[in-house]
Amino acid sequence: MDLQILWFVILGVLLGGYAVLDGFDLGVGILHPFARTDQERRLFMNAIGPLWDGNEVWLVTFGGALFAAFPNAYASAFSSFYLPFMLLLFALIFRGVSLEFRSKRPERVWRGFWDYSFFGASTLATFLFGVAVGNSMIGLPLDARGVFRGETMDLVSPYSCLIGLLAVSAFAVHGANYLHLKLEGDIRVAVGRWRWTAFGLFLVLYLFATISTLVGVDRALENFRSGPVLWGLVGLNVLAVANVPRTFVLDKPLQAFVSSGAVILALVALFGAALFPNMVTSTLDPDWSITVYNASSSEKTLTIMAIIAAIGMPFVLAYTVAIYWVFRGKVSLDKFSY
Amino acid sequence: MDDVLFLSRLQFALTIMFHYLFPPFSIGLGALLVLMEGTYLRTGREEFHRMAKFWTKIFALNFAIGVATGIVMEFEFGTNWAVYSRFVGDVFGSALAAEGIFAFFLESGFLAVLVFGWDRVSPRMHFFSTTMVFAGSVFSAVWIVIANSWQQTPAGFHIVGDGMSARAEITDFWAMIFNPSSMHRLGHVILGSFLQGAFFVSSICAFYLLRRRHQAFARKGLGFGLGFAGVSVLAIFVSGHAQADKVAETQPAKLAAFEGHFRTGPAPLYLLGWPDVEAQKTQGLAVPGGVSFLVEGDFGAELPGLDQFSPEDQPPVRIPFVTYHLMVGAGVLMFLLCAAAAIQWFRGRLFDVEDRSSRFLLRALVPAVLLPILANQSGWVAAEVGRQPWIVYGLLRTSDGLSQAVTAEMVLTSIIMFGVIYALLFAVWVFVLNEKIQHGPEEAPVRGESGPKWLDVAAAGTDPAGPSFTGAGRGG
Repeated sequence: MDLQILWFVILGVLLGGYAVLDGFDLGVGILHPFARTDQERRLFMNAIGPLWDGNEVWLVTFGGALFAAFPNAYASAFSSFYLPFMLLLFALIFRGVSLEFRSKRPERVWRGFWDYSFFGASTLATFLFGVAVGNSMIGLPLDARGVFRGETMDLVSPYSCLIGLLAVSAFAVHGANYLHLKLEGDIRVAVGRWRWTAFGLFLVLYLFATISTLVGVDRALENFRSGPVLWGLVGLNVLAVANVPRTFVLDKPLQAFVSSGAVILALVALFGAALFPNMVTSTLDPDWSITVYNASSSEKTLTIMAIIAAIGMPFVLAYTVAIYWVFRGKVSLDKFSY
Repeated sequence: MDDVLFLSRLQFALTIMFHYLFPPFSIGLGALLVLMEGTYLRTGREEFHRMAKFWTKIFALNFAIGVATGIVMEFEFGTNWAVYSRFVGDVFGSALAAEGIFAFFLESGFLAVLVFGWDRVSPRMHFFSTTMVFAGSVFSAVWIVIANSWQQTPAGFHIVGDGMSARAEITDFWAMIFNPSSMHRLGHVILGSFLQGAFFVSSICAFYLLRRRHQAFARKGLGFGLGFAGVSVLAIFVSGHAQADKVAETQPAKLAAFEGHFRTGPAPLYLLGWPDVEAQKTQGLAVPGGVSFLVEGDFGAELPGLDQFSPEDQPPVRIPFVTYHLMVGAGVLMFLLCAAAAIQWFRGRLFDVEDRSSRFLLRALVPAVLLPILANQSGWVAAEVGRQPWIVYGLLRTSDGLSQAVTAEMVLTSIIMFGVIYALLFAVWVFVLNEKIQHGPEEAPVRGESGPKWLDVAAAGTDPAGPSFTGAGRGG
């Protein structure tokens, strides 16, 4: 296998890992204002308290790996998405500090402010991730040197907004599934009901997004025409989606959480399959697209990085599992909580 | 394009300087946490356990803002410096990959156990987690300083392509890692971080002693803080000298800017001064030939001045000169404080608030936390502005590294938004930090809730109990 393909796959794994892991953190943030009492809101925040920071590192590592493995793609994509990415940064900053600050003071105004900033930041970040994916599916007006030749408002198309909303609904389902695992009592029953609402919204958006992609984004289908085996991914995606309500009915919270994670993972895999071999597609001229081959670092760097990843990843996985194990079980509030 | 250049540099300076308030706390306070918790494990005494718990809370607060503002840096290379990113991507690749995999995952994973896991894992396992968080924060410094040092003294690469599509490709991984300046600069950065953590702990403990609160806790903490500060401050002078020698060898224009050395010849060491760029002459109080002596061991040795470099290759002089001297001045003050503390300690009076000179020293220590912050910030400004007009020394000009798709309005919008958000964050951080310090460690006797707070004291440098400290008759 080419090193370029290897690194495209590794980036996919990092992005998928980020979406599944931070996806439930962001989902909890999206559901946060639906929790009514202060106690419930603290439980929500502490359910992700020890984990969100480590989950966000998957995004940081994805960004670093993109910079390192495909500097051209990193430079073009990030400078094209200038204002949306600035907004994304603000959202991620507010998400993090809201968690840290909210419960430090008892005043209603203080807590209310951080509650809504936590909700707003989580929702905005998720929406913007979706918008970025939507725009990558359509492609960007890049010139021959990979410089963005459009306006910021070009990035706000109906299709990209639809994908943004799809991301919000998918993370809401995933977050609800996570909370359903971690909570007890009345609030758990309430979360059990929200799962249905969130899943209903997701299903509608999922159908719209699928239809618009099939009808409107012709380029995204090329790989599926030439490689029918990729339709297997679509099948897995549909199966995972269908399994979510089944687990609700059968009351299997862990299976539900795994299923919504699988839905997100399959969507990321489909995104990668549609994009390949492009990293950023130029809408002005297909020859100007940035591909894994013309954007990558040298073979030597890709090799060194692969060695580093091979040494490091087993450790990362081992202590990620260990830390999730330490914080297993229902969430409760103690003197170390937020 | 000039506006975009200026604004992008301003944006980078704003975001990196705000971010860099926090990582040195993580490294310095992390090292102290390892020492405190290690002492607890060895002695089994509960007071060290409480100490570690209290400082962990403060550590977590600083760490959260450090993480939140750190992601910005990684994005900004791509958003604002696209040409630079393409140029350095291949070289920075391995360093960044290693940073993500070895440092960030380690830090953030074990942070969960450090902050939330006191009752969930054994004391040994907790100590291990603390050590891993500290190791992670040091690893991230390692890789980021290596990358930055490569920009100062590039090595182990060759250039592929030309014009705007030229880029550096790695030829020798280890030569890139051990480029001429990386290890010197790394040592200096880590020691600077140790000082920031040590003076932070000392400041708060000195405040408690002056207020006569948590006295046993504060004495122990001050011992840890000042001991660590003393060792670090001695080491940082050695490291600073070695590093300046390296700069003289690898970046003579930068050293000339630091020292305000315009004309080639024996270089005086300015203790205080101002570089007059129009007259190409530095005014001030100087040791004649001082820099020549430090670099060459000979007061008469000729050092290249800025006149050796063509105007378009000269760094600006005012900012590097002033910030470099601020850094050194802050370092000297920290050394004097540590020396004074050592004298008081040998006299056995360090913790004695009734002793006039100890009281004076403790009052000075409360605002002294600003010294390492000032030194860390100004040292980096000197290093980065002194590298100008290059973004990669001798290879890529800063003005050529910009994103071409980005307009001045976009950068300005982002600066305004960052400015507002960071001002808010800073205010809230200081507020919450003050709350935590007021609250104090566990089992704190609740006393003296009125009166000036740590912040006011730190800012004004005054005695919290008022000018006539007698212990009696303290007004509210």
